[in-house]
Amino acid sequence: MAGALIIDRQLRIAALNHRFGYQRVLEAIELQVGAGEAVALVGPSGCGKTTLLNLAAGLLAPWEGRVDNGFVRPTMMFQQPRLLPWKRTLDNIALGLKTQGMSVAERHADATRLALRMGLTADDLDKFPSALSGGMQSRAALARAFAVKPDLLLLDEAFSALDIGLKNELYGMLAAERAGNGSAALMVTHDLMEAVRLADRIVVMTGAPGRIVAEHRIRTPVPERGERWVFTHAAEFMQMPDIRAAFGLPEAR
Amino acid sequence: MKGCGRTLQRRAAATGGYLWSGWGSLASLCLVMAAWSFAAQTLGPLILPTPLEAFATLMGLFRDGTAWPEIVVTARRAMLGFGMSVVVGSVLGLAAGVSMTAAMMARPVVTLLLGMPPIAWLILALLWFGAGDGTPVFTVFIACFPIIFVGAMQGTRTLDGQLKEVAQVFGLPLWMKLTDVYLPHVVSYLFPAWIAALGMSWKIVVMAELLSTEDGIGAALAVSRSHLDTAASMAWIVALVGMLLAIEYLLLEPVKRRVESWREL
Repeated sequence: MAGALIIDRQLRIAALNHRFGYQRVLEAIELQVGAGEAVALVGPSGCGKTTLLNLAAGLLAPWEGRVDNGFVRPTMMFQQPRLLPWKRTLDNIALGLKTQGMSVAERHADATRLALRMGLTADDLDKFPSALSGGMQSRAALARAFAVKPDLLLLDEAFSALDIGLKNELYGMLAAERAGNGSAALMVTHDLMEAVRLADRIVVMTGAPGRIVAEHRIRTPVPERGERWVFTHAAEFMQMPDIRAAFGLPEAR
Repeated sequence: MKGCGRTLQRRAAATGGYLWSGWGSLASLCLVMAAWSFAAQTLGPLILPTPLEAFATLMGLFRDGTAWPEIVVTARRAMLGFGMSVVVGSVLGLAAGVSMTAAMMARPVVTLLLGMPPIAWLILALLWFGAGDGTPVFTVFIACFPIIFVGAMQGTRTLDGQLKEVAQVFGLPLWMKLTDVYLPHVVSYLFPAWIAALGMSWKIVVMAELLSTEDGIGAALAVSRSHLDTAASMAWIVALVGMLLAIEYLLLEPVKRRVESWREL
């Protein structure tokens, strides 16, 4: 029985085609994300990565094909923090917990514990999002996503607008929280270094219409990937012909 | 307990700040009084009485019991018309905002309603309702309605698609979507519209009364004008403006601050 449950907890996208009007944006997409697995979707801007993620999140209905999400508590982090401006930071973080019907005291305690771990201060939690810096808003958004102990986390270029120091810190938190909850992750990024650092599998997409052209598995466990390791492997990936072709780079010399 | 204490502290600080900011308003009111007083002294009492004369006349009106009944009658008409337009305008505006077609169809009608001068409505109302409560109430309603309708429509039209996605991703049930996402946004559009309409309702009701009724502040103004009694006219105007200021600063502004505290900064 336990085995069957684990098999069910996966995201399966099969024979998926999608169009906006007459424009084909995704073609013949086959993608699986298993329990606890981290998959990075990389590709040039406009290749349909975000559309694919929105389909996986159920924000869009597929035009053709199937999207089966067997995860129980999927959650998503967007490119912008997207906090509710009229709620204090603490209530923003506790939003998902309120949905689960947790009492005010309980969800505030939970959210506070998580937020403090993510580097927010008690003072920040009492403020409205507009009074927070961009970095603090991103921390709050990450905390909001992890507050519900998700089994699948969808990330839409969630870290692309942050400085490298903050990025690094949030990568660490993301890895730690994922390990703690055993959450799977599907992340959209155009930053190859980010993919190399966080993903178990890198899926390469290309545009017009968007399709998957290559897939690379990284076997080194995430905690063992040091700074130097990430640099060398990202550089190696940059030399791969399929990745160069997908991003429209000239052939490596 | 700690959170509760902090909330209390925040409330107290906000109230204190609001009251303290009152000194500035008070100072500017005093400046207006000074200008009025200066103008009165140069023009003479027949054209413009001094503030002291006007206030004394008003106190006299209060003391002999003529002021309150008129104010109550005017307030009742204004509030009735305003209340009707709040209910009808908000509901229809929200509904129109939900549907693109309805919004497009409503636009020219609203432009027409907004552009129509209230005095024209007043003439029509006189023909339809005659002298009595119906005329001022209807005129106030029809003048306030488009302002509130537009506010409500804009509120629903501009609901942020990004926040809707957040609500969907986090699986918010319908009641939470309403109370945590939709309503706070819509209220931030509705509330200013209500305030604008309330100010409007006071002006319109007096105009309507001046021409159509035998009681109320407007009618009292008409009487004092026919007696060439400028002191009484100014007294009634002071009463009118005083009521408006009191409603605005003692009722609406504090509520607005409470509802929209997240807009600070």
